Amino acid sequence: MATRAARAVRIGRLERSALTGVLVREIVNFSSYWRSATFSSTVEPTIYLLAFGFGFGSLVSTIGGYDYVEFVGTGTVATAVLFSSAFPAMFGTFVKYNFQHTYDAILAAPVDTEELVTAEALWIAMRAGVYGCVPLIVAMFFGLPPAWGMLTVPFIGFLAGYGWASFGIMAAGFAKSIENFSYIISAVLTPLFLVAGTFFPIDTLPQWAQTLAQLNPLYHCVQLVRHAAFGFEGWADVWNVAFLVAFGLLMWRLAIYAMERKLVN
Amino acid sequence: MRDGLAIRLRGVVKRYGPITAVNGLDLDVPEGTCVGLLGPNGAGKSTTMRLLTAQAIADEGELEVLGFHLPEESKAARAECGVAPQLDNLDVTLTVEQNLLVFTHLYRIGRSERRGAIEAALEMANLADRRDTRVDKLSGGMRRRLLIARALVHRPRLVLLDEPTVGLDPQVRQELWALIDALRAEGTTILMSTHYIEEAERLADTVLIMSHGEGIAAGQPTELIAKHAGQTAVEVYGSPSQLAEAQAKARTDGFLTRRTGTSIAVLGVDGADGKAPEGERRPANLEDVFVLLTGEEID
Repeated sequence: MATRAARAVRIGRLERSALTGVLVREIVNFSSYWRSATFSSTVEPTIYLLAFGFGFGSLVSTIGGYDYVEFVGTGTVATAVLFSSAFPAMFGTFVKYNFQHTYDAILAAPVDTEELVTAEALWIAMRAGVYGCVPLIVAMFFGLPPAWGMLTVPFIGFLAGYGWASFGIMAAGFAKSIENFSYIISAVLTPLFLVAGTFFPIDTLPQWAQTLAQLNPLYHCVQLVRHAAFGFEGWADVWNVAFLVAFGLLMWRLAIYAMERKLVN
Repeated sequence: MRDGLAIRLRGVVKRYGPITAVNGLDLDVPEGTCVGLLGPNGAGKSTTMRLLTAQAIADEGELEVLGFHLPEESKAARAECGVAPQLDNLDVTLTVEQNLLVFTHLYRIGRSERRGAIEAALEMANLADRRDTRVDKLSGGMRRRLLIARALVHRPRLVLLDEPTVGLDPQVRQELWALIDALRAEGTTILMSTHYIEEAERLADTVLIMSHGEGIAAGQPTELIAKHAGQTAVEVYGSPSQLAEAQAKARTDGFLTRRTGTSIAVLGVDGADGKAPEGERRPANLEDVFVLLTGEEID
């Protein structure tokens, strides 16, 4: 009879209760390390903002019609999103899998790899959405005028953060050792981070680099945030959102594939 | 659930590349009993445990857990199983209570029942006065008790314990045995892997002895002892050369022997008084059976 009852609650894919379970674990854990996470996710982009804003800003006062502080202040939102999503996803996933064996415990409960990966990415994306606002707030103290459009920035951060979190989980799924991340950071993340229109506009770059930048999710995030602050640009922003959605979906499925290979064997 | 079996494995094979970790395993765990999986390291016990939660997928064979077919219905089975793994995977920066709270959510316990479930698990593991202690401040024995309590928080029908007392002091091991025994008394079905023979002898209703991924003997400990090692054994002590001599003589006289390191145990000496060698008499035990069946050397 008990068996029949269990079959009645029969158990599909991407169930809410499984996602909630994994999220609760993250939220309870966050209460023990939120200080350090908040510190690194907010202080680093702020330093970039101040260094470039004042250092470079004393040489160039305006770029593309914006004050340089306004230009960098909006651009570093994408930096904050990247730093608070791709990096914790890579290192956190690797540590939880290899050293803490957390995923063994979770997958012994009624949670599948797909749900585990999805919940982890959702959690990191939520944090990225919040932390992404920090540079914007700091920049306001240096003269960035507030705008209603800025209220969309947490959602932009969430959307881009979901893709980058999934990217990080995928990287951890394929990585053989934690040293492998050096390749990903040097060869993938650093170039993407620099050629995203954060610190200088990409239209000064050679044509091939501009074309490549169009494939950079971070560039689309920078564009969206800048337009949120200074006025949306219709179809261009629809394209930016579409690109980030596609990036997120692709990375999400790849992350599930990579982790399934690793966790279920 | 077929024939009242909480676990039913038939012809299960699991290969990792060239290595066959589980090789045609049959296993029955009747509901309400405690079954011990006994075997040396590398016999396939942990792989079997992982197969039962579908964290490993069998290459061949049939697997049923609580009447659900694995791997496709594994999630439903996992909802009613509790698992205490060999490797401690508690969240060490959280408190005892927070660890349990997380698992009330992972095991889908309703909001109104969460509080009671946590209290019952704390009580069972005797950790109520440690509820606010961070896990990294607990002793090894308390951590292991918490690991088991965490597996019980949703009152599972079936509990899988993978080497529940490995690496613990004798005193702490006794605490855990009491905990497992209490669980057994409540009628929870238990599958426990161990390479501590005393543990299997004390706790298990039946044991399955595994070697090289196969089940090589199954039954109640007393039956297995009687069948494979007889009633009484004689321990012969002496220098290495005397031991070798005693072993050779006992073998020519038709006795089974095994080395214990410091002595030679000559088995099945009951009713053979004339030929039995001089030495210290003792009842045969499961360890004799284990070594006879799995070999004196471990490869």
